[in-house]
Amino acid sequence: MNAPAEFLDYGPEAIIMTGLNGRNWRLDDYVRRGGYDALKKILASKMSPAEVIAEIKKSGLRGRGGAGFPTGLKWSFMPQQFQGEKYLVCNSDEGEPGTFKDRDIMRYNPHILIEGMAIAAYAMGCKRAYNYVHGEIWDTYERCEHALDEAYKAGMLGDNILGSGWSFHLYNHHGYGAYICGEETALLESLEGKKGLPRFKPPFPASYGLYGKPTTINNTETFAAVPWIINNGGEAFLNLGRPNNGGTKIFSVSGDVARPGNYEVRLGTPFATLLEMAGGMRDGRTLKACIPGGSSMPVLPGEIMMATDMDYDSIAKAGSMLGSGAVIVMNDTRCMVRSLLRLSYFYFEESCGQCTPCREGTGWLWRVVDRIEHGQGRNEDLDLLVSVSDNIAGRTICALGDAAALPVKSFIKHFRSEFQHHIDHKQCLVPAYV
Amino acid sequence: MLSADALARIDREIAKYPVDQKQSAVMSALAIAQDEKGWLATETMDFVAAYLGMPPIAVYEVATFYEMYNTEPTGRFKLTMCTNLPCALQGATEAAKHLQDTLGVHFGESTADGLFTLKEGECMGACGDAPVVLVNNKRMCSWMRPDKIDGLLAELRAALGSGARS
Ligand SMILES: Cc1cc2nc3c(=O)[nH]c(=O)nc-3n(C[C@H](O)[C@H](O)[C@H](O)COP(=O)(O)O)c2cc1C
Ligand code: SF4
Ligand code: FES
Repeated sequence: MNAPAEFLDYGPEAIIMTGLNGRNWRLDDYVRRGGYDALKKILASKMSPAEVIAEIKKSGLRGRGGAGFPTGLKWSFMPQQFQGEKYLVCNSDEGEPGTFKDRDIMRYNPHILIEGMAIAAYAMGCKRAYNYVHGEIWDTYERCEHALDEAYKAGMLGDNILGSGWSFHLYNHHGYGAYICGEETALLESLEGKKGLPRFKPPFPASYGLYGKPTTINNTETFAAVPWIINNGGEAFLNLGRPNNGGTKIFSVSGDVARPGNYEVRLGTPFATLLEMAGGMRDGRTLKACIPGGSSMPVLPGEIMMATDMDYDSIAKAGSMLGSGAVIVMNDTRCMVRSLLRLSYFYFEESCGQCTPCREGTGWLWRVVDRIEHGQGRNEDLDLLVSVSDNIAGRTICALGDAAALPVKSFIKHFRSEFQHHIDHKQCLVPAYV
Repeated sequence: MLSADALARIDREIAKYPVDQKQSAVMSALAIAQDEKGWLATETMDFVAAYLGMPPIAVYEVATFYEMYNTEPTGRFKLTMCTNLPCALQGATEAAKHLQDTLGVHFGESTADGLFTLKEGECMGACGDAPVVLVNNKRMCSWMRPDKIDGLLAELRAALGSGARS
C-alpha cells in the first residue's frame, strides 16, 4: 500500500508530514521523531487546560476542514465547568472532491493525530473521543486501529496516562459512503448509528453534540498541527505563516499537473510555487482554471490564481476560499460546462433531501447544466442557473446547499462565454474535453 | 445467523461506545455482516437489529442511506470507480469507459456470470492516486489506467479460479 517514494516528499517546509517514508508510521518511529513530547510536556509540567488553549489561540491555527474557524476560539466554547461527559470528535470523513490529505496523515503518521487529539481532550476536559474515518479508505482505518492499539499499550491512551492520573479514551469509527457525513452534525448523527442528516443549528455541538453532550469537532489536519504548537510555541507557528493565517497547510493538488499529490507549505506561499512543486502543468499545457479549496469553492481563472498566495485571506480576496486545501487544476483543453456538470451531479447525488431548496435546487441545477452540455441549452438558462443558486444559498440547514450553489455561480461568472457558446452553437468551444 | 467470528468482531465494536449507546455500532455491524453474507438481506438486517436492540426499521434506514451497503445481491466482485472531477482530469473517464467496455456492462449493472458488479463512485479521498477502483469496499487500487484494469480483472478471475477469497 505504500506509495512510490516521490509521493512522500511533502516539501521542505513540512512540519506534519516531515521525515516520512511510508513505512515509519509506528509508535517507535514517531517517538524517534520527537513524537509524544508535547503530551509528555503538558502532563509533566501540569500545564493548565487554559494555558493550552491560550497557546492554540496565539498560534492562529484555523480549522483545516473547510470553514477555517479559529481553533483556539472553538475550544474555548466548550463549557469548562460542565460536570458530565464531554466528547471530542475528529472529522476524518474526507470526501470533498479533490481532498486526500487526511488519508496521508492517518496512514503515514497516525500517532501525530492521536497525540493532537489527546492534547485537545486535555484542554477541553474530554474523557472520550472518536475519530470518524471515511468509509472508502479501509486500509487507512485499519492503520488507525493498529496505531490506537500501540498507543494504549504504551500508556499514551487509556487510564492514568503516563502516570499522570489523567485518563482519556479514543476510538475509531468508520463511515460507509455518504459525503454529507463530513458535515459535522451529520457526522454526529452517523456516530449515533443513524442516517447522516445534518441538524439544525443552534444548538451548536459545544452545547448539544454527540449523545446530546458538549462536543468539539475538528478536522484531522487541525489536530495534527497541535503537537508542534505545544513543542514550539504558538508564536512560532503563527510566524510560519502570516498574521491570521498561522502555520503550514497541506494542499492536495490534483488535476492537470505533472505530479498530483500532497504538498505541505507555509500559508502565504504563492500558488505558482505550489504548482511548481506539483511538477507544473502536465505535458506543458497552459493553466486555464483552478478550484483552490475543494469542489465546493468558487473556481478562479488561471491568471487570477497565478497572482494569488495560498492562505485563507489571500484566496478570499481573490474571490474563492481555501476550504479544505484541495487544489484542482485544469488546463486549456478542459470544458468548463462539462466540468461543472460533473460537480453538479455530485451535489444532486449527495444532497440528503431534508431541505426543499437543496433537494429540488441541486436537481434543477444538474438538469439545466446537463441540457446546456448536451446542446439543448436555452438562452435564459444562464440567468436561471444563477437564480436557482441564489435561492439555495443561505436557505438551508447545512452548507451543502451553498456548496452546490457557489461553483455554479463562479463557473458562469468567469466562463460565461463558454456556456453561451454551448447554447448558441450546440457544441463545445474547446477541442478536447473531460 | 452470523458466524461466531463475526459476532466477536461486532462485540469489539459495541465496546467502543457507552453502554447505553449500542446503536452506534450499527454501521460496523452491518459492514461485518455484509462481508460475511455478500449483501444485506432483510433477515440479516433483522438479526443485526435484534443483536443491537434496535427497531428493524432503524437498521434498514442506515443500510439504505450509506452507499457502500449492498441492499441487493451483487456480483462476486463489486468494483467501484470514482469518476468525480479531480479523477476525471487524471484519466478516470477513459478508465471508466475501458472498464465498462471490457466487461460489457455499464455502471450499476452486473456481468451475466455474476462475477462483477460495476458502480460509479464519488470522491474516495484518494484523488492523488487517480484513477481509483475499490474492490468489494475494502481494497483500494490506485493508478488504474486501462492496462492495470486488465491486470486487476485477470487477477480477480484467477483468485476465484484457485478458490481463494479476495
Ligand atoms: C457538506 C459538507 C461536507 C464537509 N466535509 C468535511 C470533511 O470531509 N472533513 C472535514 O474536516 N470537514 C468537513 N466539513 C466541515 C465540517 O462541518 C466542520 O466544519 C469541520 O470538520 C470542523 O473542523 P475544523 O474547525 O478543524 O476545520 C464539511 C462541511 C459540509 C457542509
Ligand atoms: S442543505 Fe442539503 S444536504 Fe444540507 S441538510 Fe439541507 S438537504 Fe441536506
Ligand atoms: S475525486 Fe476521485 S477520489 Fe477524489
